Amino acid sequence: MSQGKIEDKLAVNKYIPDQEVHIRLNAEICRQCSPRPCLHVCPAQCYKEGSDQQVIFSFEGCLECGSCRMICDRGAIDWTLPRGGFGVCYEFG
Amino acid sequence: MNPEFDAIIVGAGLAGLTCAHKLATQGLNVVVVERGKFAGAKNMWGGAFYGSMMGEFIPHFWKEAPIERYLVKHTISFLSKDRCFSTSFATEPKTDPPGHAFTILRSQFDQWFARKATEAGAIVACGVEATDLLRDGDQFVGIKAGAESFPAKAVVLCEGVNAVLAQKAGLQGELKAQEMKLGVKEIIGLPKETLEQRFNLGDREGISWQFVGSPTQGLPGGGFLYTNQKSLSVGIVVQLSELAKQGLKANELLENFKNSWPVRDLIKDGELQEYSAHLIPLSGIQGMPKMYAPGLLVAGDAAGLVLGTGLILEGGNFAVASGLAAADTVQRCSEEKNFSADAFSRYQKILGNNFVLKDLETFKRAPEFLENPRIYNQYPDLLCTVGEMIACSDGRPRQHLSRLVYDQVREKLSLSRVIQDAVQAMRAI
Repeated sequence: MSQGKIEDKLAVNKYIPDQEVHIRLNAEICRQCSPRPCLHVCPAQCYKEGSDQQVIFSFEGCLECGSCRMICDRGAIDWTLPRGGFGVCYEFG
Repeated sequence: MNPEFDAIIVGAGLAGLTCAHKLATQGLNVVVVERGKFAGAKNMWGGAFYGSMMGEFIPHFWKEAPIERYLVKHTISFLSKDRCFSTSFATEPKTDPPGHAFTILRSQFDQWFARKATEAGAIVACGVEATDLLRDGDQFVGIKAGAESFPAKAVVLCEGVNAVLAQKAGLQGELKAQEMKLGVKEIIGLPKETLEQRFNLGDREGISWQFVGSPTQGLPGGGFLYTNQKSLSVGIVVQLSELAKQGLKANELLENFKNSWPVRDLIKDGELQEYSAHLIPLSGIQGMPKMYAPGLLVAGDAAGLVLGTGLILEGGNFAVASGLAAADTVQRCSEEKNFSADAFSRYQKILGNNFVLKDLETFKRAPEFLENPRIYNQYPDLLCTVGEMIACSDGRPRQHLSRLVYDQVREKLSLSRVIQDAVQAMRAI
């Protein structure tokens, strides 16, 4: 049984990784944002706080749910889906 | 430029594949574009499918489809700390089909369904992302996939909850976090024999189990557990906007749920096989987008066609029904060679006449009712306390049930508030 760490859970999933980033953040808006709802709602915890008040998005574990685009009301997230054929690839679903 | 199709369907989920299957069966030239590597690669749900609509066009589909188990028991449990108040509905297992609903894993089921659509004559093109719509004035005349254009007389958007193209078409507005629930789920593998013993199930029999109260730590939503053939689907559904407001993480709620009694005993020694997440549009009939335009229809989750009443969470049947309604509309338009907005407006009329819009209308107050925090905070505790007083004896004289409930209500809530909630519940669900 997993110990509940998100990294361990995502490691079980199948992904077809793309080189292209499908979600981009507006660094300026994110730096000033508080309390940063994206950090909480992303079920894959792809959003992390970096140094220098930055928000860092790592697209590799993205489950493509759309929670971040709906919770961000500052227009900081340029949200698209991975290109066709890439991204998460559920075996059970 | 590619040759013109009678219809292009965006998304190989239940709505899209139903529409494609029906149109192809009628001899129309139809293609489904699916962004996943295969049909179902991007799809997940809790687990139960009420297959009545599908049985109408693929009779006895359960005999060939990858069904995990047949549901013979539905349980809803109210959890409050270490106490659990449950109520169940069960049926004696039958033979054809052996239960009243099914548990299904979408990735596998959708691949089977895509094969059925292909056999019927549809083309299912996977790994292709529809990036935009083709327009001729007000008329929608196909899709773009990157640099390539695919013209069609009709486009049916079955692209799921994020509804990117429906937004581009101007049919869907901005999606709001208040109208969304986030579902996160784990597939937890267990040996078949262990699973059947643990849940007291026969071969192929399954259970659907909902949990209200502590799983979401008082936020609107709940926990769920479904039995598959050799695994459990265990997850929580929680209102997206509240998650952010309370600063909670869905994965942490799920971990608490899994580690709490009785769930921890049910999943004991299981092996994590997948972690998935998906949004559920639960705005009800108020938040539904416009569902048609000249040359364009929207079906399934993209059209917000999900019914959530707390007791019922049904999207699959609605997706199938809307896919059928879309197919009937496109077929009529083709026969009459009329692709005007008026011709496509039939779609909404068909949905209005069957259970889809009727159910959403009947339960139109449910979304507002389900935001009541007392459902998740206080009533589970109340039920468990009453249950405890009935089940346990503390040496004091017993009281009538009505007295027990009345005293608890007065102590923990207030009578007028409970009456208000009860009236609201009766009107909503």
